[in-house]
Amino acid sequence: MKNLRWNNFLFQLVAFLLALAFTSLIMVFAGAPPISAYVEILGGAFGSVNSLANVVVVWMPLLLVTSGLLITFTAGLWNIGIEGQITLGAIFTTAALRLLQESSLPPWLIILLAMLAGVAGGALWAVMAGLLKTFGGVNEIFGGLGLNFVATALTLWLIFGPWKRPGTGSMSGTEPFPDTLWLPQLPGLRLSPWSVIFGAAAIYLVYRLLSGTYFGLRLKAIGKNVRAAFLLGVPAWQHSLLAFALCGFFAGLAGALQVTAVYHRLIPSISSGYGFLGLLVAMLVNYQALWAAPVALFFAALNIGSIQLPIMLNLDSSLSGVLQGMLVLFVLLTEGARKRWLQKNG
Amino acid sequence: MSRKTLWILVSLLLVVAMLGAACQQKKAAGPITFGMLLVGPYNDHGWSQAHYDAGKYVETKLAGSKMIYVDKVNPADRPGTTPAQLAEELVAKGATLVVFNSDDMKDSATEFSKAHPDIKVIMASGDQVWKEGKAYVELPNMINIMGRMEYGKMVAGCAAALTSQTGKIGYLGPLINDETRRLTASAYLGAKYCWTKYLGKDAAALSFKVTWIGFWFNIPGVTSDPTQVADDFFNSGYDVVISGIDTTEAVAEAKKLSAAGQKVWAIPYDYVGSCEEGKEICLGVPYFNWGPAYVKTITSAADGSWKSNWQWNAPDWKDINNLDTSAVGFKKGNALSADAASKVDEFIKELAGGLNLWKGPINLQDGSAYLKDGEVGTDQQVWYLPQLLQGMEGQSVPSK
Repeated sequence: MKNLRWNNFLFQLVAFLLALAFTSLIMVFAGAPPISAYVEILGGAFGSVNSLANVVVVWMPLLLVTSGLLITFTAGLWNIGIEGQITLGAIFTTAALRLLQESSLPPWLIILLAMLAGVAGGALWAVMAGLLKTFGGVNEIFGGLGLNFVATALTLWLIFGPWKRPGTGSMSGTEPFPDTLWLPQLPGLRLSPWSVIFGAAAIYLVYRLLSGTYFGLRLKAIGKNVRAAFLLGVPAWQHSLLAFALCGFFAGLAGALQVTAVYHRLIPSISSGYGFLGLLVAMLVNYQALWAAPVALFFAALNIGSIQLPIMLNLDSSLSGVLQGMLVLFVLLTEGARKRWLQKNG
Repeated sequence: MSRKTLWILVSLLLVVAMLGAACQQKKAAGPITFGMLLVGPYNDHGWSQAHYDAGKYVETKLAGSKMIYVDKVNPADRPGTTPAQLAEELVAKGATLVVFNSDDMKDSATEFSKAHPDIKVIMASGDQVWKEGKAYVELPNMINIMGRMEYGKMVAGCAAALTSQTGKIGYLGPLINDETRRLTASAYLGAKYCWTKYLGKDAAALSFKVTWIGFWFNIPGVTSDPTQVADDFFNSGYDVVISGIDTTEAVAEAKKLSAAGQKVWAIPYDYVGSCEEGKEICLGVPYFNWGPAYVKTITSAADGSWKSNWQWNAPDWKDINNLDTSAVGFKKGNALSADAASKVDEFIKELAGGLNLWKGPINLQDGSAYLKDGEVGTDQQVWYLPQLLQGMEGQSVPSK
């Protein structure tokens, strides 16, 4: 067992080094110094309290989304609709804030209600994908993709239509909320401690849920073989729906954070692509909750650190995207290679 | 009080007064690092490149000055970040002045200026520190700069009207706000003037239609596709498309259709070199020349004479294409016929001589009177144009 773990780690390490090597190769071809680029990315992510806080601002919603995805992946579900679930969370949060901002309720209560609305929105969208699968026979990948499109269209319509700023027609976004309706931030930083609390709680809860409860065990059973699980008395479709709802819950919370703690309004790309990034993180950690936090941190750090590339080296920051893509590709490749190796030598 | 203490007090007061006076004096302009946030790519042949080049111009004119920048500052390209946050990255790298180059960053620029009173901010195209404006906020560390592009757009409209064979001009609009309403309307006023005055045609026979894409440039899946919009114009009888967006899709599309035998032309926007992409169909470009204003403003930050103000800089009417003096220019394109070119020159001469097209009677799109007969539009009336004008086709999203 221990050997197996070492072996696994070794393969992952090889994947990481290969990804690094290939990204460096691309940089060399582009006439850019790879070592300085990596140093700049690192410094840009961890060089100051401010930049570290910015990394955490990205890390927390990503962690929330990944936590949710670990549940659906465990149940054997490809919840591609996660982007739409984040978006619906943001839409519901914005709607509640708009509805209540003129009311006499205290701001903390308005924020709380708005976030609850966001969570409900995310869960609702996820359950729709689940219902489509369970009762409509629509594979969750296609249902999710469709629902993502609907969520995007809904956002654009709201921003350019009923929620447009007075005298303005722009895809830029809705009118910003007053800072009384922002989640409180740490002094001088963009980071809200609430984000950290939610993110940490989410990954801890999901870890406990999947590794220490009957519910987690049943989800695993469904994930391995839905028919067998059903025959053994696990209420399969109910559990699938619940897995969807829980994932949507976390995605909706991430969307709510994007509105109340980051952008303070609704914008077209409100999900920041964290849904798809979360899918990559979940795949990279092989659906193990324990590794989700550090890997999500790594992705968040890349995201923030790469801002230095244009500032310091006149490089395009999409290079960090290349590194991310390479990483996933090589991890999947080495995972395949490892399985073959195990078959031969195991 | 003894005499000695009195003397000490007097001399102390003198020293303090002298120190105070010394501080009032201008510092010599020292080396300054300024940061720039560009909404699009630095080489977009449009709005962002015009700013980037102006930054480079400052570096050559102001000894010891250095530009650092982040481009593609928009949520589609940089997910999870805000302009204020990216401005802080520039400050961390030594910038003591930050240029926010887009209307899209307005809220974020205000937020940043409030949070960092020690950092100077140039907010291009904004009106936050315009005392007589509608959105005034007291921000001592901010200066607003904009060029009077209304003139550039009038000339563009004129060139379009003089060239069009169908009498149908399309305007590829970005998003809808005060700025874009007044610029689009200015293009229409220029077109109408040259159409009636120089060609002697009936104003009613000129159609002028705006299609808005929803943002300053194409964001796939979010905005309408500008290439598609230009294409729709050209294929429905609009033979000249004036671009109001940050990038050059109208030129590329006109070039493509022209190569296929269609008689079409385009007028790009923002950047002096943007005709290069399709010389054979380009009638010219109204462009911003941010350099001179940036040199002046950044110098004032370096020598301590900085004072918050709102600038709406006019062209240098002696020569609107003088890159050292004029805030706005119009560079004629190869596709402009010799006859049209001479008329465009005449029109520019008229503008320089005091011709004001923002003079009544001007009616809004809904038919209501905006400027009475002979009434000259004030800066406020032009800047905050609430609707498109009568005679123009397209969405207005009226403001109150």
